[in-house]
Amino acid sequence: MGSIDQYLDLYKENRDAINAHSADVLNSFREVAFNAIGDNQLPKRGAESYEKTSIDEMFAHDYGVNINRMDIPVNVAASFKCDVPNMSTWMSFIVNDMFHASLTSRHKMPEGVIVDSLSRVASVSPDLVAKYYGTVAPLEDTGVALNTLLAQDGVMIYIPRGIKLEKPLQLVNIFSSPIDLMAVRRLLIVLEDDAEAQLLVCDHTQDSEHKYLSSQVVEIIIGERSRFDIYDMEESSATTSRYSRLFARQATGSNLLINSTTLMCGTTRNGYDIDIVGDGCETLLAGMAIGTDHQHVDNCSNINHRASHCHSSQLFKYVLDDESTGAFEGSILVAPNATYTEAYQSNRNLLASTSAKMHTKPQLVIYNDEVKCSHGATTGQLDAAALFYMRSRGISEKEARLMLMQAFMVDVIDTVRMEGLRDRLRHLVEKRFYGQQMLCGECSVSCHEQKS
Amino acid sequence: MDNILLEVKNLHAGIEGKEILKGINLTIRPGEVHAIMGPNGSGKSTLSSVLAGHPSFTVTEGEVVFHGKNLLELSPEDRSHEGLFLSFQYPVEIPGVSMVNFMRAAINEKRKYFNEPALSASDFLKLMRQKRAIVELDNKLASRSVNEGFSGGEKKRNEIFQMAVLEPRLSILDETDSGLDIDALRIVAGGVNKLKTEDNATIVITHYQRLLDYIKPDFVHVLYKGRIVRTGGPELALELEEKGYDWIKQEIDN
Repeated sequence: MGSIDQYLDLYKENRDAINAHSADVLNSFREVAFNAIGDNQLPKRGAESYEKTSIDEMFAHDYGVNINRMDIPVNVAASFKCDVPNMSTWMSFIVNDMFHASLTSRHKMPEGVIVDSLSRVASVSPDLVAKYYGTVAPLEDTGVALNTLLAQDGVMIYIPRGIKLEKPLQLVNIFSSPIDLMAVRRLLIVLEDDAEAQLLVCDHTQDSEHKYLSSQVVEIIIGERSRFDIYDMEESSATTSRYSRLFARQATGSNLLINSTTLMCGTTRNGYDIDIVGDGCETLLAGMAIGTDHQHVDNCSNINHRASHCHSSQLFKYVLDDESTGAFEGSILVAPNATYTEAYQSNRNLLASTSAKMHTKPQLVIYNDEVKCSHGATTGQLDAAALFYMRSRGISEKEARLMLMQAFMVDVIDTVRMEGLRDRLRHLVEKRFYGQQMLCGECSVSCHEQKS
Repeated sequence: MDNILLEVKNLHAGIEGKEILKGINLTIRPGEVHAIMGPNGSGKSTLSSVLAGHPSFTVTEGEVVFHGKNLLELSPEDRSHEGLFLSFQYPVEIPGVSMVNFMRAAINEKRKYFNEPALSASDFLKLMRQKRAIVELDNKLASRSVNEGFSGGEKKRNEIFQMAVLEPRLSILDETDSGLDIDALRIVAGGVNKLKTEDNATIVITHYQRLLDYIKPDFVHVLYKGRIVRTGGPELALELEEKGYDWIKQEIDN
């Protein structure tokens, strides 16, 4: 018995309704997913690579699932704008789990580029979705199978061969509902060969009265010599849980940057599985997490080097205060044929209180000799010498601590390849450390009402 | 004139239960330069750390009065606001904190302490420019992280630059000459001399006489085994340079 059973029952009882409000391509996966789950349970705390986070517990609450695709009325959300100064984006929204295009979302977008509801694309161009959907996220993984079983919609991003987007795409995920809700979110991102795109994803929770769970699977397929940046910023609430799985497959000569920020959350588990199948790829995976109160942030990465002359680098940093807890498990696997691999991993953490806890487990498995690899993890406190130096110049202990905590995150922020966003992140981190609540109305990415 | 800036009386202090300072007495008046010399391990750096309020050291006895205030009761930051400045022997590198943010925080916290409004951006930049000139500090260092990747000479110049900005009443230069070549030494000492007024005072802690060729002391104290064992004028430093510390050690130990 486990928390997955209630979702399996939900599926069995509502099979037809689920299918009726989705598309054939997505529906064709459900029975396979159902069978793949079989008697499997969601990972419990202590399971392999889930040592500090129980997904089973995360899904145990009786969340509503919007199977009949009711349009949940959202006041602010429908006209919500997450604006990054000095940066114009093509912006779309996912309200709970429903895709909403905004006025700016298609303006002057190059021919052939798709940014749309996944089920709509699956209905209009079923072959395109069928070609990629479910090809990088494995159904043997129970979490992925559950998402596949219930996902009725999501977002499809498709960049045709040779297209280089001049502006970043932006996706704003919003939770807002009159009941406790689980959103089944699904992203399918495809870059054909020689394409370039940047995507900023912001997760927000609009009210703190209800409990929310986001079950998210992101599939990214990157063509040869393509370049893709994804910036994933969670600024939700203490009542929000997030189980996110990101799977990427990189073809020859491609370049992938994943930058993940957990500014505010309840319980978050992010998984990153990168499959490097083509020679000469670059992969940069960077993440930071700021924990206060009882927040829990867990990042888990698997970088799978299966081709030669590839370079991957990982940097994860946590600052944990109060009773917050963090976990990082990262593994690099270098296959026998992945010669001349360079793979690095670093996890550094600051504990700002005596009760915050960090669990870290870096792993490296190498099956050939022609590699340069390293991994390292440190967990410590603020540098006492720096603190005293600052205080001796008149900077109060509190201010000095805040400055040092911000400074600690600088190299993660510096991995961002968009200047406007880098400045914004710096500002957001500063605001977060100074304890200002990040409610949407006053949210630091400055939310304006947009007349549509 | 009995205008006393700093009065140290029978100061005993130590670290982790080990007593290092064993009864220091020192009186400093505005306008004076005091040199504190002594062999390694005599307690010179401990004295500067204790005066600046380093939390690792514990004062077990004695008192320190700084222009009428009980210095030992003040936090390190309030000691700074009240006009005490320590130029570190080993200035600390703070990756990720830019010099600009560091100095702005230092200045504005001091202004807040005296109920003054924060400095405007243009006034701040003007002040930085003006003070940088005193120690010929390169503008490009201002955009870097505090002391990160600075050469030994740049670090020490940066200390004197901060001193120039904060305009302390009492500066303690802890082995400011260590690790400096002769040109850097001249610039650093020149900076210190430019900042000297009738109202402020300087304590120069040094192992060698060399720095005292540039910064002329009014008084020279010899610290040994946690006590000031001898006080004299500039000629004492010259004598130490010539004869070393052994004769003093012998005198005291016997």
